Parts: sequence; C-alpha cells; structure tokens
Amino acid sequence: MGQRIVIDPVSRIEGHAKISIELDDAGEVRDARFHITEFRGFEAFCVGRPLWEMPGITSRICGICPVSHLLASAKAGDQILAVAIPPAAAKLRRLMNLGQIIQSHALSFFHLSAPDLLLGLDSDPARRNLFGLIAAEPELARGGIRLRQFGQELIAALGGRKIHPAWAVPGGVRAGLHPEQRRELQARIPEATAIARDALERFKALLAQYDEESRVFGNFPTMFLGLVGADGEWEHYDGSIRIVDGAGAIVADGLDPASYQTFIGEAVEPWSYLKFPYYLPAGYPNGVYRVGPLARLNLCTHFGTPLADAELREYRQRGGGTVNGSFFYHYARLIEILSAIERIAQLLDDPELGATRLRAEAGINRLEGVGVSEAPRGTLFHHYRVDEHGLITHVNLLIATGQNNLAMNRAVAQIARHYIHGPQIPEAMLNRVEAGIRAFDPCLSCSTHAAGTMPLHITLHAADGTVLDEVLR
Amino acid sequence: MERLKLATVWLGGCSGCHMSFLDLDEWLIELSTRVDLVFSPLADVKRFPAGVDVVLVEGAVANEDHLEMVRAVRARSRLLIAFGDCCITGNVTALRNPLGDPTLLLQQVYGAGVGREGVIPSERGIVPTLLERVLPVHAVVPVDLYLPGCPPPAPRIKVVLEGLLAGTPPELLGRDWLKFG
Repeated sequence: MGQRIVIDPVSRIEGHAKISIELDDAGEVRDARFHITEFRGFEAFCVGRPLWEMPGITSRICGICPVSHLLASAKAGDQILAVAIPPAAAKLRRLMNLGQIIQSHALSFFHLSAPDLLLGLDSDPARRNLFGLIAAEPELARGGIRLRQFGQELIAALGGRKIHPAWAVPGGVRAGLHPEQRRELQARIPEATAIARDALERFKALLAQYDEESRVFGNFPTMFLGLVGADGEWEHYDGSIRIVDGAGAIVADGLDPASYQTFIGEAVEPWSYLKFPYYLPAGYPNGVYRVGPLARLNLCTHFGTPLADAELREYRQRGGGTVNGSFFYHYARLIEILSAIERIAQLLDDPELGATRLRAEAGINRLEGVGVSEAPRGTLFHHYRVDEHGLITHVNLLIATGQNNLAMNRAVAQIARHYIHGPQIPEAMLNRVEAGIRAFDPCLSCSTHAAGTMPLHITLHAADGTVLDEVLR
Repeated sequence: MERLKLATVWLGGCSGCHMSFLDLDEWLIELSTRVDLVFSPLADVKRFPAGVDVVLVEGAVANEDHLEMVRAVRARSRLLIAFGDCCITGNVTALRNPLGDPTLLLQQVYGAGVGREGVIPSERGIVPTLLERVLPVHAVVPVDLYLPGCPPPAPRIKVVLEGLLAGTPPELLGRDWLKFG
C-alpha cells in the first residue's frame, strides 16, 4: 500500500484547497490532485430574489474580484432590460474593470507569488510571505503595495469603496468620475507604469533561474479560451469568444458568449467541490482548456497599447509563440497590468467620461440574460432567468478559475512527478507543487461559492399567462 | 519589547475582509516591524500555532473543517476578533440556511453535472462535510471583539490594531463602529 501526502491548506492562494499526492510502494508519484473544499451555493439562494439585488449579492462571491461579478451581473441585467447602456457608462465600467485587473494581478504577483520568486522556493517557510518580502525587498514590496492601491483607489473613486462597491447596475452605472479624482488618478499613472515595468524586468531576469520550474509547472498543450475584440485585439469587457489550440491554431472564433452552453460542458468529481468545465465538442476530459492571462495573450493578435505590444512581442519570442507553460501566467499578468495602465491613461483623457447620462431606465423586457466579462483570472459568465416581475428563477455562474480546474490538476500531477520521490519529501518540494498552483492564481472564493448548474423545471409565461416555453434540466 | 503574535484566519467567506486588511497599504510595512505574522492564508505556516496574541477571524462556520479550525484558534489565542459581517452574523455565507438540508442542496447543484451525473463531492478527509446550518463564530466559541463591515474598511482595522499595539484594546461604540455592510 502506498502513501498519501495531503498539503492542507494550500497557502498563499485565494481560497480553501488541499493537494493530495498518492505515492506507490517505491515512493514514486502515482497521481496528484487539487481539491477545492469550499461550498456556498449562490446559485441556489439567489433564486426568488429581485434582479436588482444581483450585482450587490454576487459581488460578495469574492472579495478579490468583486468588480468582475458586479460587471458580469450588471451586463446580464442589461440583457434582461433589453437596453444599450449609455456610451459613457460602458467606458466607466471598462475603467473600473481595468482597475480591478491591476489590483488583482498585483496581489497575485507581489503579495502572493513574489515571496516564492524573490525569496526562493527553498527559503524558510516562516518568512516566505509578504512580511518577509517587505524585509528582504522593501522597494519592490512597496511598489507592489502601491500598484495594488492604485487599482483599488480607482475602484473607490468610481464606486465609493474599494471592496464590494454597489455601483454598476442593470442599465448602466450609478455615478461618474469626479474631475478632481480624475486628476488624482492621472497623476499616479507615471508611478504605476514605472512599477509595472520594473517588475517586468525583474521577472525576465529571473526566468533563467527558474528554467526547471518553467518546464514542469503545468507545461503541456491545451486549448485556450477567452474574449477578443473585433480585430482580434486583447479584450476584457466585451467582444466574442475565441478558442485556439496549443499550437495557436483557431479552434473556434466569433462565438457568441451568450450561447456558452453550446460549447462548454461541466463535469463533477467526488473529490472536489469545484466542477470541471470542458470544451464540449472535444468531450471530457479531452476538452481541457485554460483561461486567464496566459490564454488572453495566446488568443489576441495585439494589445493595442504601445508598451504592452512591445512586451508581447518579446514574450512570444521567449515563450515560443503560443505559450503552453503555466509559469508564464506570471509574466502574462505583468504585461496585462502594463496594458491596463496604458488603457486607463487613455480613458482618463476621454472627454466623454464627463457625460451625465449614465443609466438606461427600463423594466423587465426579456426573461433571460447572459453577462460576460474577462475577470482577472479569465472569462466569467453570469446567466440569469427571471419572471415577469424580475424575480430570479434560475442562476448559472461559470467562473474563470473553474475553467482552469482540469489544467490545474494536470499541473499538480506534472510537478509532483518531477519533484517528489519518497519516502522523504522536503518542504521545498511540496512548496513547488503549491507554487505551480499559485501560477494559475486560482480564486476559489469565486469558483466554489458559485459552482453548478441547477436542475430546474422552468416555464416561461407570456404576460397573459400562456406558456411560451418549458425547459427541464 | 516582545513582538505581538498576530494571526489571520479565513473560514466561510469571500476573503474581502483579508483584502481590506491588505488595503492597509503602506501601513503594512510599519506593521511588519511590530508584529510577527504567525499564521495566515497569506503565509505558509500550515498549523495554527499556540500562544497567539491576536487573531482576526474572517468568515462564518460552514463546514466541519471550519468547526475544527475555529475551536483550535480559540484554544490557542488570547484575543479573538470577529472580523467582518460573515463572522459576526453569518451574513452572505448564511444565506443558504433557509434552504435547509445541505445534502439536498448538493444533490441539486452537483446532481446535474453534465459529464458525470449523480456524483456528489464527498471524499472523506478531503472534502469537508457541510454543517446543517452556517453559524456565526460566537455561536461556536467566545469572541472578544467585534469588528463589523462587509468588509470592515481599512481605517477601522488600523485603529483596532494600533490600539492593540499600544496595549489599549479600543472600545468599539457608536455608529461609525457598529456599521454593518
């Protein structure tokens, strides 16, 4: 009988998880799994609540990326109201999402993973954290704190608070950006840009040192999925779904995000509260795909901002075109921060931001809506059905991190097989397994507090009570 | 002077309270010179240590792992702060309570999985069993200080930590302090 090692809890990630590693009699890794141990059931308890409450409730799925849920929820609401929101509102929503990408990516890189990368995977676990980083690399740590703060302050400038702002609503947004706050944010752009560029240089200088890790930290071909703009540009708020394979060939393009259930399926395993989404035409588990920064950089033709485009060219040279190594998630994240800063600078100069019409007023005009955005960790889907009073009858949330579940499990097995040869297992080797997971930056608050498709018997009624449609699932 | 042994714990919640802790921003640099962070989801110590001076507990008690954890935390900590609304009232984490038996909920949520129908996550020792009802932390162990908010804003966290560092635990009274949401 072999041995089982359980890493509990996996630390410096956003959520509750364990990793189990099964060894055979010879002490070699037979299998390894990534288990998510949290469940909250949002899709169940949101049923019966008014559509208007959904942005406020679903933002509480996650304290790290509340803005992603806020926006996806508001966009699903836009669909149900059947309105086109005022152009300034769309720009302001984009602005907040960019702030969100910066603060979340900064958290992942500086607060959570830099202790591995800069203090060392073999360093003392008692010091291998943000406080240890502050002591050893005070300038870099301060920069990371200030970069995250920049994103958070942008969110607060628009939404009135940094975490869980009740700001985006079905039909638009509640408030614009005060000119004084706009100037304050503009004044911080040069510093934020400098911090992001410094971090990129630091990371690139580390690549040679982490050559072994980058070869085995979840390095295998999969498909990649995400939103792209009309001309294939990097996109975070709108656009259509593109899927490419591990060699960069387009598998599907121009997919309407609202029809996600025709191309994404979900599987369940007994050892995790997190479901396993897969590309439906390829079946389970062959339909493994990745989302998030690595995917977005593989999918887009260009960023559309000069500094990030120059970095993207270098990134592709270093990674060999379409990048399959998950260690490059860190690298992709830093380039996305840079592009987000460039885009924020452009938006803050846009005179249309000062418009006063920010919300389309309407009632319930459709009984179903799908809202999609790119969360920091990947494509996020909020799918609601309502009755004619706007009360929720069905919720399905497809969360970014969940879509990386299959790939994260493969990564854990790949790393464990490479580094672990029992029976004695040094802590530093177990930390490598965790560090491989950290590269994906999983957000388990999100993924499991929401997992699942509710089986429901739904009837759609016309205003006069006749049954228009009936669905059993 | 001996440095304060600070811990933070995350039970059933969204991590927003921990993010608000990180919103202390550059004050974290000062804090790092005055406390030892001995346990936290932000750090790599895997077992909650003995002799903790102050622990911030985010989240409600939703499953067996949380129950075991919060009892250990109480036994090994001098001052336990209920950190945020989920810890204090159950808040959003407890919204599942009116739906009743979580086994039925799990069957609803996972029973319809497209790939493997009828598989309910349940592996012993790996996937913790859900409690029948989500509980606020004070329903399980005594709490010393309540710091409300969803999440508590960083300036409020700072006042509490500064008070504790100065040896005078703040009295949280009045509207500004007892504000939920």
